[in-house]
Amino acid sequence: MVSLQDLNTSKKITWCPGCGNFGIIAAFKGALVELGLERERVVVVSGIGCHGKMADYVNVNSFHGIHGRVLPVATGIKLANSGLTVFGFSGDADCYDEGWDHFCHAIRRNVDITLIVHNNMVLGLTTGQTTATSQTGFRTKSTPFGAAVPPLNPIAHAIVSHGTFVARGFSGDPKHLQGLIVQAARHRGFGYIDVFQPCVTFNYLNTYEWFRQRIYKLEETGHDAGNRWKALEKSFEWGDRIPIGIFYKEERPTFNDNFPQLKDKTLEGMQIDKVNVDLILQSMS
Amino acid sequence: MNALVGFCKTETSLIIDTTMFNQWPDMENGDFSFLIGGEAGAGIARAGFLFAKACMRGGLHVFGTNDYQSLIRGGHNFYVARVSDREVFSQMDFVHLIIALNSETVVLHRNKLVPNGGVIYDKDDLSQTREEPNSSVKFYPVPMRRIVIEELKEPHNLIIMNSVALGAATAVTDYDLNLLAELLKETFKPEIAETNIKAARIGYNYIKEHFEANFEHKLRKMAQTKSPRIFLNGNEAVGLGALKAGCKLYVSYPMTPTTGLLHFMASNERDFNMVTIQPEGEIAAINMAIGAAYAGVRAMTATSGGGFCLMSEGLGMSGMTETPIVVMVGQRPGPSTGLPTYTAQGDLRFVIHASQGEFPRIVIAPGDFEECFYETVRAFNWAEKYQLPVILLTDKYVLESEVSAERFDMDKVTIERGLVIRDSYTESRVYGRYEVTETGASPRAIPSTAGAIVRANSDEHDEFGLVTEDPAVTTTMCEKRMRKLYYVKREIEERNIETTKFYGSEEAEATIISWGSTKGPIKEALRLLSAEGKNVNFLQILYLHPFPKAKVEEAMNKARKTAVVENNNTSQLSSLIRDHVLRKVDHKILKYDGRPFSPIMLAERIKEVL
Repeated sequence: MVSLQDLNTSKKITWCPGCGNFGIIAAFKGALVELGLERERVVVVSGIGCHGKMADYVNVNSFHGIHGRVLPVATGIKLANSGLTVFGFSGDADCYDEGWDHFCHAIRRNVDITLIVHNNMVLGLTTGQTTATSQTGFRTKSTPFGAAVPPLNPIAHAIVSHGTFVARGFSGDPKHLQGLIVQAARHRGFGYIDVFQPCVTFNYLNTYEWFRQRIYKLEETGHDAGNRWKALEKSFEWGDRIPIGIFYKEERPTFNDNFPQLKDKTLEGMQIDKVNVDLILQSMS
Repeated sequence: MNALVGFCKTETSLIIDTTMFNQWPDMENGDFSFLIGGEAGAGIARAGFLFAKACMRGGLHVFGTNDYQSLIRGGHNFYVARVSDREVFSQMDFVHLIIALNSETVVLHRNKLVPNGGVIYDKDDLSQTREEPNSSVKFYPVPMRRIVIEELKEPHNLIIMNSVALGAATAVTDYDLNLLAELLKETFKPEIAETNIKAARIGYNYIKEHFEANFEHKLRKMAQTKSPRIFLNGNEAVGLGALKAGCKLYVSYPMTPTTGLLHFMASNERDFNMVTIQPEGEIAAINMAIGAAYAGVRAMTATSGGGFCLMSEGLGMSGMTETPIVVMVGQRPGPSTGLPTYTAQGDLRFVIHASQGEFPRIVIAPGDFEECFYETVRAFNWAEKYQLPVILLTDKYVLESEVSAERFDMDKVTIERGLVIRDSYTESRVYGRYEVTETGASPRAIPSTAGAIVRANSDEHDEFGLVTEDPAVTTTMCEKRMRKLYYVKREIEERNIETTKFYGSEEAEATIISWGSTKGPIKEALRLLSAEGKNVNFLQILYLHPFPKAKVEEAMNKARKTAVVENNNTSQLSSLIRDHVLRKVDHKILKYDGRPFSPIMLAERIKEVL
């Protein structure tokens, strides 16, 4: 079983002091310990953006890929070896801009992986531009007159795309977030957590303070996470009060369950040096 | 004769030397081509396939190819097949029998008909054809539609006309109706098969009752070879290769001409304990394949040029992360959407250079069905041994044409996985996915190997897969990756792997140089030329990258004259030869109308440069 110490790497962390990512990495490491997973059986897949460095900072298997493609890579890994616990880390630009199509499709496939989106509502690594979740009117170097179009609502989209575990966390509350990650990982299916992750350098609007004034926990209000319509209603709550916690949860066959040839087997474990194609050849004669 | 001249004029602005036609050695000798045409949705490809396969079952050699438009109903589709008592490598320029399921078929293809050829058409379709009183062509009007409506009582199933027509064709050529009936039985569900067999029988009997048995071009069965041959297309040959190679994940978004491979893999996934996925697009396809390959599975994707554009970033990621994948690119004419259902060789430079930066890749261009099979298996071996992307560069012509082939020799196939670590890693040194080695390929631990943390990284990285921006490490890692190609070349040399193939005698008036699916028409054109006493040989380049420089140089040194044959406008192979061999080829024979070369047309163009 892994300990917190085992999860550190030699890499020096280069996130800005106070970055929301610190809360996420602490919650994730804590979750790995709580889940009692072996390091060699965990894979982190990350994209491009400040979040992508998770691959460098957590000492487990990792695939640090290109912008927007976290989910297809993670899907391929899970299809190849269902014995691996796969965590996708993505950002709001990575997942909701460049990778939006993969987001909807991975959710509806119900691939048995966990997706954690570092949602700071701004492009950080490219020094501050708008993303799909930037608030209307948000001023950046690429939108000096304010973002003209309304933001996407990823939580609502996830519910509508047949999501089976749809949650939101806050990196300012790592303990709560750790609980969400543990539940998402234990969930049989696509565990999705959007995480409010303040960018202390480029997002002047959505600060720790801004979030703290607004967020409340769904589980403390008696929200029924088994009710899709209630969940959808909650997903539209924005403004003075913003919910975090589990919006919606249901059980449904995972993507791998669709393939009887994967029952009790993995593609990775198949013998490949003695494949016999005679039956096909016969049908072609 | 005049008909032939006219036909070739429209397609190549060339006047065919009719003496060549007369001298064609197999003309009287069991070589027969038929063309079946009709609207899309009339079951043209299926009918062509069935008649061609029936010919194979009778011991004959067959090459069939279809020509269809990018639509579902209407338009004009045709399937043309060549049947012979010897091995055939392409379609022929003309046909002996036209099976017309609509009037357009006769109008469009009448000029391809040989003297004494035949036309089967619907008797009641008055718009369809006019018999020609002074022509040697034999006309066989058969009331196909009426038979389906009145005798078979299937007025809503006019597609059955194709079986009536096949029965009629069997009678005209005096062939064995049982072979066709057997195939219909194997192809359809029992009740549908029964109707179609009945239809074929009626068509057959109608000819026997109403016409004299005086059609010159009869089909004669031949004794079968040792083991029964197989009838398959290029997509299926690649698919068989992938299954045999142990491909366990095939991911592909449908795109002509590679869709057939998606269908083939999907239909076999359960029997072969593998998974086939049709994802949301080509970007997802290549990334899923890469994810699976990282996790230790042999994975493949396929697409055409447009989809490959979308895959370019993924291709580079495969190179940078050193994750082995096989990508088949089936070319069709571009740019952009181009001619979606036709053939071309315009993507050679594109696949060699696609994606930013520099990384090693291998590009193999199978020229025929055997090469589609064997090179696919080999592609997986290269990919895993050297941990890089391998591109199989094919095209519509080789993927969707069908041929009777000898069964592939499974003893020739080996599975080579390279440096794979599974289960546990026990070295004292901390495992580094990108350990710098002599060949550039590092021991590849599969995630879940105890004692090994496996980090793949698309950023420049150190030996452990951690991000780096250090100039010295960057240099080392770039060289580590690029070194692989040197060792690929070395292995090719040591194991004497055929990266080029040479056909014909060393002494020749000229040497044709080409790659990919032009192989078939070139071999046929050379036969025609040789029958005229013209000695031309042919160098096929199978591996385009890394380029087999020494072999091409040697052939060029021996050649009296060189001509490159390609299905593109800019002669991309010529420029590649210039890059590597530093020599210009003497002539370029190019075609870029979406259609493959055909033997006589090509022979004429070769003669022009002799």
